[in-house]
Formats: sequence, C-alpha cells, structure tokens
Amino acid sequence: MTTFYYEYIRYRNFNFEGFFNSISDYDIERVISKDKLNIYDFLTLLSPNAEKYLEIMAQKAHRVTIQNFGRVILLYIPMYLANYCINKCAYCGYNADNKIKRNIMSIEDVRHEAELISQKGFRHILILTGESRAKTPVSYIKTCVAVLKEYFSSICIEIYPLKEKEYEELVHAGVDSITIYQETYDEKTYDEVHLSGPKKNYKYRLETPDRACRAGIKNVNIGALLGLNDWRKDVFYTALHAKYLQDKYGDVDVGVSVPRIKPHIGAFQPKSNVSDKNLVQIILSFRIFMPRLGISLSTRESADLRNNLIPLGITKFSAESSTKVGGYLEEKEYEDSGQFEVSDNRSLEEIVEMIRSSGYQPIFKDWENVI
Amino acid sequence: MEDELIIGNKKITNRLFIGTGKFPDDSLIPDVIKKSGAQVVTVAVRRVDFGKTKEDMTNYIPDNCILMPNTSGARNADEAVRIARLARAMGAGNWIKIEVISDNKYLLPDNIETIKATEVLAKEGFVVLPYVSPDLMVAKRLRDVGAAAVMPLGAPIGTNRGLKTKELVQIMIDEIDLPIIVDAGIGRPHEACEAMEMGASAVLVNTAIATAGDPVFMAEAFSNAVKAGRMAYISGIGAVKKYAEASSPLTGFLNL
Repeated sequence: MTTFYYEYIRYRNFNFEGFFNSISDYDIERVISKDKLNIYDFLTLLSPNAEKYLEIMAQKAHRVTIQNFGRVILLYIPMYLANYCINKCAYCGYNADNKIKRNIMSIEDVRHEAELISQKGFRHILILTGESRAKTPVSYIKTCVAVLKEYFSSICIEIYPLKEKEYEELVHAGVDSITIYQETYDEKTYDEVHLSGPKKNYKYRLETPDRACRAGIKNVNIGALLGLNDWRKDVFYTALHAKYLQDKYGDVDVGVSVPRIKPHIGAFQPKSNVSDKNLVQIILSFRIFMPRLGISLSTRESADLRNNLIPLGITKFSAESSTKVGGYLEEKEYEDSGQFEVSDNRSLEEIVEMIRSSGYQPIFKDWENVI
Repeated sequence: MEDELIIGNKKITNRLFIGTGKFPDDSLIPDVIKKSGAQVVTVAVRRVDFGKTKEDMTNYIPDNCILMPNTSGARNADEAVRIARLARAMGAGNWIKIEVISDNKYLLPDNIETIKATEVLAKEGFVVLPYVSPDLMVAKRLRDVGAAAVMPLGAPIGTNRGLKTKELVQIMIDEIDLPIIVDAGIGRPHEACEAMEMGASAVLVNTAIATAGDPVFMAEAFSNAVKAGRMAYISGIGAVKKYAEASSPLTGFLNL
C-alpha cells in the first residue's frame, strides 16, 4: 500500500541549497504569474530570493483566497481533555519527564465545558490529549465525542496516531477531522527531538493522515512545528504532503497549520528562528500553491500579527483558547500549566469585532455531520 | 403576457438565483435580494445553525423568497440524501439543490452520485435541482428520475471564468424539456446575459456577487443582465450571417 512515506523518500535528499542558489528574479516573477504551480514553483516562492516579492505575492494570495473562500474566517476552539503523555519530546510541555500536574477530564466535566463553549457560539471544536493509551484510550475519546456531538457540528481530534480501524470507529462516532503534526520531516532531527516513546516512530506518524483518509475522515490538517529544523525544508515537505493528500484523497479537505515553537516548561532551544516575515512568506506560498488549502492560525501568535495575517490567506482561527485541561471551567480543579503559552488572549467578542472591522465575516459553523 | 418560470408549482418571475456563501457580512444578503429582486436563494445546510445562534444566516432571507438548501459538503449520494432530509426536517422546505463533490481540488460534481441522490429525493417529494457537469445523457437520466430542473456548470465553482461549457449547455437547453439553470462559473453580468440569450431558464450566481467590491450594486447589475438576456431570447434573436447583404446587389437587374 503506497503512503506518503514513499513520496517523501523521493525527495529526501533534495539539494535545497543548490536549488535556492539557482533561483533568479525572473524565475520568481514567472511563478507568481502562473495559474497552476508545481512543487518546485512552491519552493521558488519559499526561496530567500523571493522575500523581496512578498507584497506582490500577498496581493495574489489575497485575491486567490477571496475567490476560493470569500471574506470569511472560520472560528474554532481547542479543548484539552488530558495531558498525560508517555512520550519524551524535547520541545513539548507534556514531556513525560516534566514535573507538571497531570489531569484527565471527567465525562461530566467534558459536558459542562461543552455547554459553556457552545453557549459562546462555537460549533467547531478541536479536542486534544497527550499520548497515553492507558489514560486516554480510544474508548474514552469515543465517549467524549458522543457527548460533544450534542453541542458541536464539527469535531476534530488532535491526539496520538491511531490504527485505520480505530479511525473508522471514531468517524462513525462523529469525528470528521483530524489534526496531526509531523513536527519535523527531517528524520535525523526527528530522532534527536523525540527522545523516547511511541512518537519516536517517524514512519508510523508520517503515515497517519493516510490511515485517517482511508478510514473516511473528511478533513485532515497537517503541519510542522516551525523552528525544530530548517523551516524552509520542513515547509517544503509539508506542502509536498498536503499536495499528495489532495491528489490521492480527492474527497478530503486538506489543511495546514503554521505553528511556531512557543515557550513552555523545559528549556528547548529552536534550531532555526522563524521571523514574522518568514511566517508571512510561508502562508503566502501555501496559498498561491494550493488555492483550496485550509490554513489555520492559532493563539500561539500575537493579536497584532493575527490581525494582519487575516487578508493573506488564513481561513481558520482559534479564539479564546486555553491550552489547559478543563481550562474553560469556572472551578479551577484541573490547575495545570498548559501545553504552550497563549499569546492572543482576547475574548471571543474582541476577535469577532476585529474580524468584522477587517471586512471579513466570522463563521461559527461550516459543517453538518450526517454520518 | 407574464414570463413565468414554473418549478415545483412555484411561479418565478426573476430568473437570477442567488447564492449566499462568501459574503463579507451576511447582513448584506437582504439588500442583495432586494436590489436584485431575486426570488430563489440557495443556502448551504452546512452553514446553517438552525435556530441555535444569533448568527443563523437564514434570518437574512425574506419569507417571500424560495429557500433552496444545498447539500454542499456531501461526498456521495447517501450524504446528500441525509443533508436534504435534515434540511426539510428543520423547516427549510422541500426544495433541494443537490451538490455532490468528491473532488476538493476543482470542486467538480460527481454526476453519477448526483443521479442516485436525485432519484431517492424526488421519490420522497423533494423538488430536486441537481448541480452537474454538463452532459446530455446525464440530464436525460436526471429528467427520467424526477429532477425538477438541471443545473449545469458554466465553469468550475468560484472561478468567474464564464461560460466555458457553452456548447454542451446549449445542447442541454435544446434537447431537455426541463428548466436548464446555469450554475457556477459565471463571473460577469454579460456572461449571465449570454446564458439567458442561449435559452437558459435561469442562472445562479454567488462568487461574482459576494466577492465584488460592492455586492449589492453587482447583484443589481446581474439582475438587469439576466432580464436583458431573457428579453432578447423571447424576442427572437436575429440570424447571424457570414456575408453582408449589399443594399445595391450585383444581381438586382434580374429582378429576383
């Protein structure tokens, strides 16, 4: 059975430096004016040379986004169900070695939190756990989904990789989307930052979207944790992965996220710094390369930056996020430090107002699960 | 003589159908409808939060409009059928635009699944308007299984590329005794006018209006273009000739 891993192997030893050195201004201009881009065109837009074309790229990305999505931004909210984790990932606050308070939400509290969140208007929810099949087995996820279905029209899971059969179970239970980040596509770096635990299996994680798509999932969101490795290489492989998924599973909506490493407990130093300018180049390149690609932006980024990124190709926005287990409950019984620091702490009302004042419409519902 | 289009026992005098996606603000929709005079409005069921939030977009659609829910998001006939049933159960009426798309790159419809869904829903009493890639045989099948109209695309959804499928749409208009409504791809008022001149019964426009600088004014422009095209069609458009007719013919001496 072919998976993305075999596509990745074809490009594993790609000479990025040689390619970037060969890119002329004319090449960049030619690519910007094309209607349909290939993966090398994408890399051309991602090249250091293309930085001076960001404004022209932004104009095109803006037009393409409006044509394909309109002036709308879909709002979603994350819900952290548990932070138990058996992996030791150098960059993550949930690292099993970190001495943080570990929690798992009771089903009653899941319902309570769902009520609170849905009352705000949210209809798209992203549920997250660490990796612990003992503490948060698939049966627990299914029970949570059964409750959440009563309140939300779209349920996305960001949990540990599952088997195809398990994805099938969750699709039938009411899950329509998954988010799974490869973190870094570079195998050597991947091995270095994933010290131990099931996540150390690079290939199994890389093939996760394939398993989910085969199981009938409707929406797949992928990404690299920008900063773990040379960001241009990781973004290239993310685009290659997104294109592969779109070509192979035509009925699946493919999306990417562009998370940059944020401070957390534990002192991991990113390998490469991803500036705001770099982030803009990434978003514009994605949009021009794949006009129908969903692009999500989380509250990891600052309010100011998020405001400015709206017209450049973003389609999904998280809002009023807590990265803590039970973070939306009034009682603070699950007190923990969260997976990462939230930068945009604005209320939902403030974000809605900002989106409207940008000439865009905040959308709370864009899916009807009829499975 | 009033020029009426009858679909599902409803009389329609304005042949511009409006889509409701992609607007920068749903509150523009009432003005778009008012200025264009549109009577048929399509809404994606996936976007409707039936009565649950303040933001229910169906609140912006006047009661005198015909609501045509669509099955956007359906990947096969079964999902389209379920979405249609849900819409009717939630009080959205019995009109349904079938949209079955399993190609998220070009958003081209799956004609085979569309025929299946049309057959099931027509039997259940829905007024079914299937959205299809233009194909005469598919249109005949849709007619045979109970479609109330057929909606071929002019170009892929949202592209504003115009009537790229003109030849195939014309054949459907000429051969199928059902309303043919051009849906998708129309980007400029003159393209809507052209579709109506060809004999299309109506056109459905969304992206070209919703993403215009002034959606309300653009809706009015489309409405006028549709009216002009329809008037031209009814009037009987003069024949197109390859050669000029000389006012002083060379064979005039023969008194032909």
